[in-house]
Amino acid sequence: MNPHNKSIDELKEIAAQVRRDIVRMVHAVNSGHPGGSLGCTDYFVSLYFRLMNYKAQPFDMNGEGEDLFFLSNGHISPVWYSVLARAGFFEVSELATFRKINSRLQGHPATEEGLPGIRVASGSLGQGLSVAVGAAQTKKLNKDSNLVYVLMGDGELGEGQVWEAAMYAAHNKVDNLIATVDRNYQQIDGGTEEVLSLGDLRAKFEAFGWHVLEADGNNFELLLPALEDAKKATGNGKPVMVLMNTEMGFGVDFMMGSHKWHGVAPNDEQLEIALQQLAVREASDY
Amino acid sequence: MKEFKYTEKKDTRSGFGAGLLELGRTNENVVALCADLTGSLKMDAFEKEFPERFFQVGIAEANMMGLAAGMTIGGKIPFTGTFANFSTGRVYDQIRQSIAYSGKNVKICASHAGLTLGEDGATHQILEDVGMMKMLPHMTVINPCDFNQTKAATIAIAEHEGPVYLRFGRPAVPNFTPADQKFEIGKAVMLNEGTDVTILATGHLVWKAIEAGHKLAEKGINAEVINIHTIKPLDDEAILKSAGKTKCVVTAEEHQLNGGLGDAVAQLLGRNLPTPLEMVAVNDSFGESGTPDQLMEKYGLSTENIVAAAERVIRRK
Repeated sequence: MNPHNKSIDELKEIAAQVRRDIVRMVHAVNSGHPGGSLGCTDYFVSLYFRLMNYKAQPFDMNGEGEDLFFLSNGHISPVWYSVLARAGFFEVSELATFRKINSRLQGHPATEEGLPGIRVASGSLGQGLSVAVGAAQTKKLNKDSNLVYVLMGDGELGEGQVWEAAMYAAHNKVDNLIATVDRNYQQIDGGTEEVLSLGDLRAKFEAFGWHVLEADGNNFELLLPALEDAKKATGNGKPVMVLMNTEMGFGVDFMMGSHKWHGVAPNDEQLEIALQQLAVREASDY
Repeated sequence: MKEFKYTEKKDTRSGFGAGLLELGRTNENVVALCADLTGSLKMDAFEKEFPERFFQVGIAEANMMGLAAGMTIGGKIPFTGTFANFSTGRVYDQIRQSIAYSGKNVKICASHAGLTLGEDGATHQILEDVGMMKMLPHMTVINPCDFNQTKAATIAIAEHEGPVYLRFGRPAVPNFTPADQKFEIGKAVMLNEGTDVTILATGHLVWKAIEAGHKLAEKGINAEVINIHTIKPLDDEAILKSAGKTKCVVTAEEHQLNGGLGDAVAQLLGRNLPTPLEMVAVNDSFGESGTPDQLMEKYGLSTENIVAAAERVIRRK
């Protein structure tokens, strides 16, 4: 059972507020990764406000009896922190400490400072799928029928460990796992197909033995049914992969369609323009 | 010098296998992962008796470390098994981020450490693993000396909350510590009380330190021999107490001089009780193919090297 279970209209409003948080957080410290955060906002909001079964308070590291989420591409921490705060894991006001000294909101997600909602550190890429597969196997040993979700970036698929984990998950029929690739075709140095082409990801994951679905990651009307389909595909002997097409920077026009806003913060003027574009009925900025 | 008797030589990796099997029977949360070296790590008995708690990972050590980190979420206590080289250097970043920094309760169990791996040569003879692991915050580093102690250590680390690096080896060595010993992490074991020189040894070098103690006794030198099975956290109190008494120290280990036990002891003494120190360790060199005994001699890790180091350090008092 999702603790919020919001309607699509409400999800849209939450997503706009989360996007406001993202641009304000990275602006405040003139660092961080707005592009991928904005692109994946609708996915995070769908999981935490509609799809996942979890308890925000008190946060339980072991997560028994709950769905678990892991973020492998940890650099999009702003979107996760905002969604965790807005979903009730910690006070929204704490978003103001992002990337600052003595904060629980580290540049990349970490457990060291005890931020509720985070179960493993990530940032050095390629490790999250392995961790999620391990957690999913523990759920099976514990006879816990809840699911494990993990998000990866597409550029991250250059890491060999991802494919080790992909091979292992299929071989061991880890079918209580829904992995998602943020397919925005961008990485730091340019387009994914220019830097190191990923080619036909559906064919690749299918060849590795996965059940593969595709989704539009920036449209709730399409994303929610796709993620529901992914849930229905679990329990059938195969790990489930959602190739989620997103637009980096989605919601802020000058950040869209380019890798340039991967890890760059907006200046004062750009922030104002972004916030105008991210209008909400009733802003509740931290 | 006290006599230490043993009835047989046994490999420390078999001590790990025996300890793991016992844990399987006593602690249902213990799970084991292995990267295609089940026989070499002596994990086959666990696999046979607890197939549902044994995970064959294939030749994919990076994935194994991530899996182990994930398995802790939900209360499992994963023991990973592969050679020391593939347990550390190959997967340093996975251990650093997913296990150590994330504070995960993973036991990294590493066999075939050091030169005594023998004929396979330097690609497999890692001599830097203790250094890499002890540099990581939160990591406990243990290098037991014989079969019985490795078995006891394996059982003890399951009760310790947090990541542990447990290092052991391939060759059969004298099995002289008590079968019923209680293994205390971070607690040095006094083997022989002496007054003239302190010998701090770890792993396979502990037996050689005992042998060195006898040879020194024949020369009228009364050596204090201490087994430092836990390199991190180091038993500062026991080491400082002994160094304060004998006024000179020798360390002995099957590892690089850089980053090993000697390095840790040098830091401790330098900061607290500057004392002449000699280190028996590999001096900035890779190993090579050969028998374990040939290699230990060629690279300066023999009983005679410990004796010579003790005589040198006594002259420096």
